[in-house]
Amino acid sequence: MIARRLLAILAAVFCVAAAADPAERLPDPALEARARAVFTQIRCVVCQNESIDDSEADIARDLRQTIRRQIASGRSDAEVKDFLVRRYGEFILLQPRFSIENAALWLTPVLIALVGGVAFAARARRAPVENKGLTEEEEARLARLREV
Amino acid sequence: MIAELGSFALVLGLIMSLAQAGFSIAGRVRGSAAMMGAGEGAAGGAFIAVAFAFGALMFAFVTSDFSVANVAENSHTAKPMIYKIAGVWGSHEGSMMLWCLALTGFGAAVALLGQGLPAKLKASAVACQGVLGLLFVGYTVFASNPLLRLADPPVEGRSLNPLLQDPFLAIHPPFLYSGYVGMSVVFSLAVAALIEGKVEPAWARWVRPWTLAAWSLLTVGITLGSFWSYYVLGWGGWWAWDPVENASFMPWLAATALLHSAIVTEKRGAMAAWTVFLALLAFTFSMLGAFLVRSGVLLSVHAFAIDPKRGTLLLEILGLAAGSGFALFAWRAPTLAPGGLFAAVSRESALVLNNLLLAAATAAVLFGTLFPLIAQAFGRAVSVGPSYFNLVFGGLMAVALLILPVGPLLAWKRGELSVAVQRLWLAAVLALAFGAGVLFLAEPRKTAAAAGVALGAWLILGTLAELGQRGQFARLGLAQGWRRLIALPRGTWGMTLAHVGVGVFVIGACAETSWRVEAARVLSLNQSLQAGAYQLRLNSVSDVEGPNYLAERGVLSVTRAGHAVCTATAERRFYPASATTTSKVALCLQNLGDVYVVMGERRAGAGGAPGWLVRVYLNPWSRLIFLGPLIMALGGGLSLSDRRLRIGLPKRAARGELEPEPAT
Repeated sequence: MIARRLLAILAAVFCVAAAADPAERLPDPALEARARAVFTQIRCVVCQNESIDDSEADIARDLRQTIRRQIASGRSDAEVKDFLVRRYGEFILLQPRFSIENAALWLTPVLIALVGGVAFAARARRAPVENKGLTEEEEARLARLREV
Repeated sequence: MIAELGSFALVLGLIMSLAQAGFSIAGRVRGSAAMMGAGEGAAGGAFIAVAFAFGALMFAFVTSDFSVANVAENSHTAKPMIYKIAGVWGSHEGSMMLWCLALTGFGAAVALLGQGLPAKLKASAVACQGVLGLLFVGYTVFASNPLLRLADPPVEGRSLNPLLQDPFLAIHPPFLYSGYVGMSVVFSLAVAALIEGKVEPAWARWVRPWTLAAWSLLTVGITLGSFWSYYVLGWGGWWAWDPVENASFMPWLAATALLHSAIVTEKRGAMAAWTVFLALLAFTFSMLGAFLVRSGVLLSVHAFAIDPKRGTLLLEILGLAAGSGFALFAWRAPTLAPGGLFAAVSRESALVLNNLLLAAATAAVLFGTLFPLIAQAFGRAVSVGPSYFNLVFGGLMAVALLILPVGPLLAWKRGELSVAVQRLWLAAVLALAFGAGVLFLAEPRKTAAAAGVALGAWLILGTLAELGQRGQFARLGLAQGWRRLIALPRGTWGMTLAHVGVGVFVIGACAETSWRVEAARVLSLNQSLQAGAYQLRLNSVSDVEGPNYLAERGVLSVTRAGHAVCTATAERRFYPASATTTSKVALCLQNLGDVYVVMGERRAGAGGAPGWLVRVYLNPWSRLIFLGPLIMALGGGLSLSDRRLRIGLPKRAARGELEPEPAT
């Protein structure tokens, strides 16, 4: 019985809540909403693949605190992100920036659609459907079929 | 003893696969029916042998035989029986065993069920399936045998990860793997077609049922996994664009494109090379997924059974199989005759556009998933998260879905847009009205999400309009029209269901992600929390002992405007065997959505009384997210039972022999 209590307490130690935790929240709901929107864009750098909005890791909590503080002190979302990139590198942004280095990422799918679309349009213009009609022999067979 | 017999059977399966490949190739080269038959027999033998090995592993799990290393690492005597069985595929070795079971199973199915296939084509396909079996069963035997014994067996096992101890996840891998590996048949048929040097409409007709079966199974598998993540991870995330999720999604996308292009190849003889390419691509993506999930080259929340060394081996297998397939394609595809002509506005064109957009969207998923690896090679560390995929994939797919209802209304060869417009304007108006209703009624107002909901409605209504057209209700009246609908081929019904399912999913996905409401508060007993229109009151918290866990169970009464809605029972579970905590969320189904309740940690509440952190999410229409894909899979299954596919291909009379049929 004591063992079970102990385990229950141990269980409580293991778990901390993520961004929704009321203890962390900013008093101003508008600022809080902005902070939450930023959280979903920031990677929990030690986690496997989670945003700091979802993660229960300590570093995610620290980052949430930092971001909330900065937003409360009047910094814009872009300024907050720039600060984080300076400190942790671009790896921390879950949405890669539109930059030359990331051009391949952003443009390849669009290029595939465009090139395919152009090729398709060119083919459609070049090759109108030709209806040559039936040959005499085929007409005769059709007539035979119709008689039955 | 059973485990040794299993190991023996696994090696036997390897030899049978070798025989399958050898006899089939020899039979094909020499044109010997006897040798081809021997190859087919060996395919059946390989399946029986691998099934026996799989049974032996399952026996070891069910009887908790901890002298088998894999059982000791992944099972526990206190686990409920269903999770002992699910433990079989809960590890790297076991999941590869499941993969091999499905692979040899599909090989045997081609050998036994493919009676309508031309002998040469069939022998080539069975041979290719045999080579794949050789690669993967060989991998299992030499690098990942789950039946190896421990010299010093432990008294108790280390148990399966508690997050995986869930009924939905227990049945998720069998569906997923049957889907993944089902694509191997399509791959083999494509290789066989390239070897034989001709892709006929008949070939496309043989490809379609296998693709349909694999696609439907994969759809169910992915949906089960998504639903699992929705209610197990504790924040209601059903799709995170995680590499492992993408790995399962790419074969699905390729198979979806293939299903559509194979129609054009079958009915009109066009797009043959592209169809073959997609057939190769689908299974390549399956193998890529198997590699990505197990190698640990990408950071993923679901990364599973990671082992970089064996990952390299899997990459070599992938390179060998896919590389040979695509090399063969590069060599032989130019010889494939280009098929029928069609106008810019025609059903063929609509399907080409569908394939183009699906291909671009698939490229977005592929690039987004692999880009961190590519960047790493250039010394940069980059993350590609959900917003990239939502933007690029979502944008491309939105265009594809916009034109979807138009496609089935266009005639083959040359269609009339005006006809389609005439038949669809009502659906379009209603869909826009629905979107406008959502825009003005839902709080807060979100235009993009309302447009998404309108798109979903457009898919459903446009598809139904096409069905109504086939019934000709206006001309024939309700009863006669209904009779016409009943008499439609099941394939048509399957298509209708699948397209409606897409619409249902789109509506659910847009609504859930845009109008979800979140609330969290530390509650002491009898305190309440407000979430949207709902009020939740914590009635009691008690300690509960499960079969292999201890839990704190919170009971909350949920009311809306003073009326009782449901009682939510959420638990926070602790699994001593692996010292992990999970949460068992409570779901109250409300108007197709959920009141989603999570019991959190114990904290000091108001005035020092004990309290618990309770989190509540209102997920509007969230169930549509899972209902939609199930409708799609149902459509796939229905289509599969179509008479035209079941009885196979009618023998086509040679030119000139076509004579009038006797009148009946």
